[in-house]
This record gives sequence, structure tokens and C-alpha cells, in this order.
Amino acid sequence: MNIDKRLVRKDSLEKLFDILKQNSKTIYAPFSKNGKTSFMDAKSFAGISTGHIQTSESSKDIAFPRAEKILDYSKNKEGMSVKGIDFADIPEVVLWGVRPCDAIGIGELSSIFNWDYKDEIYNNRLSKVTVFGFSCNKSDEYCFCTSVGGNPGNTAGSDILFTRMGEDGDYLAEIITEKGLTVVSLAQNLFEKSETLEREKFLAEVPVRFNHEEIRKKLDKFFESKEWIEESLRCLGCGACAYVCPTCACFDIQDEAHGKKGSRVRCWDSCGFSHFTVHTSGHNPRGVQSARWRQRIMHKFSYMPERLSVYGCTGCGRCSRACPVDMNILEHLISIQEVTV
Amino acid sequence: MVDLIKRAKELIETSVVKVLIGYEQGTANKTRALFVEKADDADRLIFDSRCVQNLAAYVTKKEVKEKGKMAIAATLPVMRSIIQLASEFQVNDNNLLVLGITPESKLIEFANLVEVETFVHKYEIEIDARNKEMLDKLEKMTQAERWKFWMDELSPCFKCYACRAACPMCYCSRCTVDFNQPQWIPVPSHELGNLEWHIMRAIHLTGRCIDCDACYNACPLSIPINLLTKKMLADAKEHFGAYQPSLKGDHLMSTYKPDDKENFIQ
Repeated sequence: MNIDKRLVRKDSLEKLFDILKQNSKTIYAPFSKNGKTSFMDAKSFAGISTGHIQTSESSKDIAFPRAEKILDYSKNKEGMSVKGIDFADIPEVVLWGVRPCDAIGIGELSSIFNWDYKDEIYNNRLSKVTVFGFSCNKSDEYCFCTSVGGNPGNTAGSDILFTRMGEDGDYLAEIITEKGLTVVSLAQNLFEKSETLEREKFLAEVPVRFNHEEIRKKLDKFFESKEWIEESLRCLGCGACAYVCPTCACFDIQDEAHGKKGSRVRCWDSCGFSHFTVHTSGHNPRGVQSARWRQRIMHKFSYMPERLSVYGCTGCGRCSRACPVDMNILEHLISIQEVTV
Repeated sequence: MVDLIKRAKELIETSVVKVLIGYEQGTANKTRALFVEKADDADRLIFDSRCVQNLAAYVTKKEVKEKGKMAIAATLPVMRSIIQLASEFQVNDNNLLVLGITPESKLIEFANLVEVETFVHKYEIEIDARNKEMLDKLEKMTQAERWKFWMDELSPCFKCYACRAACPMCYCSRCTVDFNQPQWIPVPSHELGNLEWHIMRAIHLTGRCIDCDACYNACPLSIPINLLTKKMLADAKEHFGAYQPSLKGDHLMSTYKPDDKENFIQ
């Protein structure tokens, strides 16, 4: 559909929030605490963070929760009874204040969850989500969306994209999808028609730092490079990078038994952990941290483009911000680009 | 740190050590670990107030240890960690040389770990004023208020285990949470799973944690988990005396002393 551009007055946002609430929508929005900004269930409009560059965590939790009960079971004399998720229980959610690098990540995550097996839990959750993207008017040294095909005003993945026109200005709303249109229909009068709406000059400037196609080609011959060993010596093997990433999708399945009943839970997992690939025999094909760090980069910049035709990185820079030992993915990608292979 | 750079070069050139662990300028305004294996790389060494990562976490890392004898540029918390690690047989004089950086930023080269211990024992481990105040506040809460405080603080935890990875004392090749037969701690980062993980972590560190705040500094969500280890440090002091890492191996929590209080048995 054609993108419809509307004007939303700055004081209309709160009205929009209230109208969505009246229509029984659950709203997840960014809030700041302990100096970090995270998506939380927003009970009221007051306190929603707008000044942050990026939330500490991505918004993927909404369709791919960190710990998700996928079934309950119980054993009795007759045998076993299993109860899966009732999709009707999944609420209609508005994800409010998503940055374009997260919004585009939803597509990348979806391509993983629909590669061969169609993950109906993920797809069902996502079908109930309406994404309110908010363009970036500032960036920091960790941002590199423009190097991986994105930009600070990218509409991909959002149902409506809001761009603030000036520091204390009104918003330009771009209505991108049918889902977005449905929301607009709930609050028609807040989305005003306007003739001249310009947005580019309000967007953050994020310089292009590398060419992701070139990186991909380089990686084909880079598997045995010593770079991985040198770069990963300071990596401590935690999962912070994977858990804040909008596109990391690895998970573990755990059964939590309580006597004759229990639940099966899907939990986030990370290729950075030393036990991630341990076989039952005890053999570990990725026995050293350099092999695990290599996997992280290869998966995002070589395997995903090859198998799914998308890159597994949106340039949000979160992993670099979150890393306790300064494993900076941008720095590493630039060094890969510069190395002759 | 001209002295450090000079000494690092000598140590590498004369093959006294194979690798020296120090700090270098990182990206943005961060500092990070540097592993000097060639004399020229020593020029990248820095030291300033931003250098707070506990580098002792690397002396038990397989990939670092395998390089051969290590030297480490060690601040007071790093030296304390090293003494604790030595008392647990993780490092010794044959595989580690300590270049101490005093609280006044002076460089001292120690001949052996006994000298490091003597230096470390000059300073008591003290909880800083801000955290002490926070512990007092928690102490004054009702049980229900304290429960709510911890439930709120721990609920965002997604178990990335950055706290564990950054802690020099968490060197087990297989952590309790990685066992699944039996499963001691629930894997999912739900309420119970998070609570059990953080309680278990604090208990395993009691009498071993040197209060460096590496866990808190590493947490990507800034959860104040160091309050748990600080509380254990304070409680252990009250019941068993002040904690100091010691080469004698008279571990605070696992060594019986005839004058130990037994007032917890009721």
C-alpha cells in the first residue's frame, strides 16, 4: 500500500495512547531505570522515555519471550495429557517507541522462525503486534544502521513510523501497513491531513562505515583467519550480546517437572556460551571462544544472507554497548573489511 | 604508566613471561583488556581511573593460560582476587607474575605471591559508603518490602551470565546452573529461575568475593546484584571475622575454628 503521511500534534500522542488503552490494547513502551531503558507494560503515558538513543534490550521479547511456556503436561492412569498455548490468550499489543533498527529486525527474526519449520507460536504472537516506530533524531558512535542497509528513518518493519519534526515539534506519522491503518481508524481526528511534511532534515546522521556485501564476500575466505583468535581473547563468553540483539534467535527447550505434571519452556540461548554446542559424547565442535565469536559474525554476515537472503544485523550497536569487555562488532567488521585475504 | 610499558617490554623480550595482561584504550570512552605478547604491543598499555575491569578473570581463561607464564598489571582488587585464586590452587608463582598498581598508581613488582599477600593485607576490604547506605536501607525494610525490592530488581534479568563471566571467582568449567542431571537451578529466566541463580551465586561467593563490583559493572541491565555479595560480606564479617584472601587457605566459610560462633544453631 502507499504510505500515507499525516500530522500528529505533539499533545495528541497522549490522546492516542489513551484511545488505544480504551480499546483494550496492551502497550509496551520504553521506560528508564538504573540508567538503562527497557520496554515495559505501559500503564500510563507519563514516563515513557523519548530521549534515549536506543533501549538496552531489543523489542524481540514481545514475539520471542526470554522464557516462554509452550505447553503444560500431566501424567495420570490413562496416560499423558498435553495442553499447548491457547493463542486466544495472547493479547493485542502495541509496541510503542521502537527504533527503525529494531523494527527491521522483526523481519530478520521472522525469516529465522519461518525458514523451514513455521513457528506458529512466534507467528501468532507477532500477528497480534502493531509496531509504532519512532525515527532517530540522534545517534552515537555505536550506531551503524546505514552500513547494513537501514537508516534512521527506515519504515521497514513499522506499521506506523513517527518522526519528530524538531526537538519539541509535532510528529510526522507515516502509515505503512493495514495494521497501522486499523489503529489510525480508532483515532482518525488525531491524524491530520497536511500538505507539506518534510522529515529528512530531522533525522540523525549515521555515516556508512563498511560495505556489508564486501564483508560477506571476505568471510567466505576468512574462516581460518587468526583475527578470530586475537579479537576474541578478551571475550569472556557471556550471552549479553546475543540477549540484547534484535535478531539472535537461538533457544533451548527445558522441561520443568513437578511430580507428575510440568511445563515445557522455551528459553533464550547464546552461541557465546561454552556449553552451547557440547555434544552428548562430551565433544565440543566449538571448544574455544574464538570459534564461538567467529560463529556469531559468520552467522549474521555469511550464513543468514546465504540461507535466508537477509543479514542478521541491523546495526543497532546494542551488543557493543552491552559488552562488559568492549567486544565492539563495528570495530571488528571494519577490521575484517580492511584485512587482505 | 611509562614504568609499566618499559617493564612489560623487558619481560616479554627476555621471555620471563609469554603474555602480559593489562589495559588499553577501547572504543568510545571505554578501556579494555590488552594481552601483550610482542614487545611492541606494550606501547598500547594504559592505566587510569577508567580501568576497573577485574583482569584476574583472565588468568583462569583457558585460551590465555595456554600461552604460558602470565604477568598481570594488577590493581588492589585484582591482587586480592589473585590471592584468593592462589588459595584455591588456580594460580601460583610458576604461572603468574604480579605487577602491582597501588591505590596511588605506583608500580610495584612482586617477587612472589607471598609479597602480594603482604601488600593486600595492608588494606581492609570495606564496603563503600553509598552501598553501605543501600544495605542499611534494605535491612530496615519489612520482609515484604525487601521481597518486592528484589523481585522488581531481578525480574529484568535474562541470565546472560555476564556477572558470572566477569567474576574472577566464577572459574568453574561447569557451573551449577549448567548441570541438568539433576537440574539444580531452573534454566528459564522466570521469577524462580532468576531468584535461585542470584542466591546461589551470592552463596558460592561468600568468603571468596573480594568486593570488586565486576558483576555489577558487567550487567548489561545494571541490576544491583553486588548488593547480595556485599550483604554476605558484611554478615560473614559479623559472624566469622573480617574476610581477607589468604594463601594459608584458611577459608572463611569452610574452615572450622574452635572459637567460631555457634549461635545460629538454635
